[in-house]
Amino acid sequence: MGVDVTIEGLTKSFGKQLIWKDVTLTLPAGEISVMLGPSGTGKSVLLKSLIGLIKPDAGSVVIEGVDIASCSEKQLYEVRKLFGVLFQDGAMFGSMNLFDNVAFPLREHTRKSESEIRRIVMEKMDLVGLIGAEYKLPGEISGGMRKRAGLARALVLDPEILLIDEPDSGLDPVRTSFINQLFVDLNAQIDATFLIVTHDIHSVRVVPDNIGLLYHKHLAMYGPREMLLSSDEPVVRQFLNAQTIGPIGMSEEKDADQLAAERDLDLPPLPPIPLQLEPSSGIPRRSQRPPGEWCRLHGVTPPPGSFRADSALVTTGVGGA
Amino acid sequence: MASLTATRVLAPVGTAGKLFAFALDVLRGLFRRPFQLREFIQQAWFIASVTIIPTALVAIPFGAVIALQAGGLIKQFGAQSFTGSASVLAVVREAGPIATALLIAGAGGSAIAADLGARKIREELDAMMVLGIDPIQRLVVPRVLACMLVAVFLNGLVSVVGVAGGYVFNVIMQGGTPGAYIASFTALAQLPDVWQGLAKALVFGMIAAIVASYMGMNAGGGPKGVGDAVNLSVVITFLLLFLVNFVMSAIYFQLVPPKTG
Repeated sequence: MGVDVTIEGLTKSFGKQLIWKDVTLTLPAGEISVMLGPSGTGKSVLLKSLIGLIKPDAGSVVIEGVDIASCSEKQLYEVRKLFGVLFQDGAMFGSMNLFDNVAFPLREHTRKSESEIRRIVMEKMDLVGLIGAEYKLPGEISGGMRKRAGLARALVLDPEILLIDEPDSGLDPVRTSFINQLFVDLNAQIDATFLIVTHDIHSVRVVPDNIGLLYHKHLAMYGPREMLLSSDEPVVRQFLNAQTIGPIGMSEEKDADQLAAERDLDLPPLPPIPLQLEPSSGIPRRSQRPPGEWCRLHGVTPPPGSFRADSALVTTGVGGA
Repeated sequence: MASLTATRVLAPVGTAGKLFAFALDVLRGLFRRPFQLREFIQQAWFIASVTIIPTALVAIPFGAVIALQAGGLIKQFGAQSFTGSASVLAVVREAGPIATALLIAGAGGSAIAADLGARKIREELDAMMVLGIDPIQRLVVPRVLACMLVAVFLNGLVSVVGVAGGYVFNVIMQGGTPGAYIASFTALAQLPDVWQGLAKALVFGMIAAIVASYMGMNAGGGPKGVGDAVNLSVVITFLLLFLVNFVMSAIYFQLVPPKTG
């Protein structure tokens, strides 16, 4: 049913280069969270430290009472069975066909019979729309198919936590929309805790329940979707609306001259907040909140035109809004 | 500045330490169940298939060179009847293990480093760890064992082909007598020479596979990183193998007295 992931005071540096410091957040059980940030802010490093592939310098990542950052190798391999991870390029094993790739975790970790494995694998392949391609090698299929195959493999052990690294890199807009819909549908079905790492703001605006923004070596903000989309905080505002005006420059941070030159420029108004993607079955997800609820509860006036059925389309024209 | 220099100077020590720690992990993995029999057989077959023909082709000139060198020298001493003996001694004791080392590191090791390096940069190894499977046990241990097995057989192949090559050159090119060549085989050489050759091959196979796996699994920075890893693994393996060969030869001479007579 999904589990909480509690991250506290996480700090990591490679040599003298600090990646991020003091990252504290909780991924709520069963909800979809997205972590975004400019390129090179250590989003993937954060994801890898959640599964213990990278040891943080300080802080803790607690999952079901086990601290990933300090537990033994043996505990780590146990806890990892709760995870499904989709790597950037799918990370399929090049020497095996898709069927064997997806069956791999089942064959290694369970004593299921070959016919039962076949049933489960086919079910997952059907879920990601790969029926008919199961005997192809990963080298013979497109990047989008590799990603979907990677997703099928990540799902095969029924994970409680699903970590997804840049699902939209190298996908066309249509495939990106399909894969976003797939995530929402999956969350409705398996109720796992999702963490998606991306910098595609179109997906960010419509998919998640929670958004986090990594910027300038720290977690700038983390909270419900509507909180960030209606935020006036310059960094959040600039990034979520893909604007050039704001503190983020081409090389991480703008210098004083550039900021001074922009001082008199008016920020473009916030675009309307779109409706969240619904599961295609029409039945709301357990963690889904009614549109506008957060804004109402916190007395925030959403930008004009928010939460209208047609506003999902408006996001494509963010820059000119 | 001083600390920067110290870091640079100490970096190789750190690498050596990590390599050693990796080797210990592999040794521990050798005894962990379940043993990956399928992977072991596949790898043994693969390594054998990339090394057998080059090894045989290297062994022929190796045997011939030794026959030419030793034959010429022995002729000057007037001891032609010992040519066969000298040739066997040189091939079995040194040339066999050295040729095996070159081929195992150059053909087998580079293939292992390239394979694991490609898996590393495609995040396959990360994916495997995340799926709760230790790549050392699943991938490295079968490769190390396969390399050791194949190295032992290659050593035998080099010995046979090398001695045969020496025979052909001695008899045809240098006008030696076939009977004398064969009869003098056991004049200087003895059974422990074969054992030490096999022991060397075992150790060489292990070192080559461990270094190649380590370099492959620590490749970084895209396709260029894989190329660098393969390059480094071959260079480091050569250095280590020649060093270990010297040490093992020195120990052997202390343990087994040369045959007199």
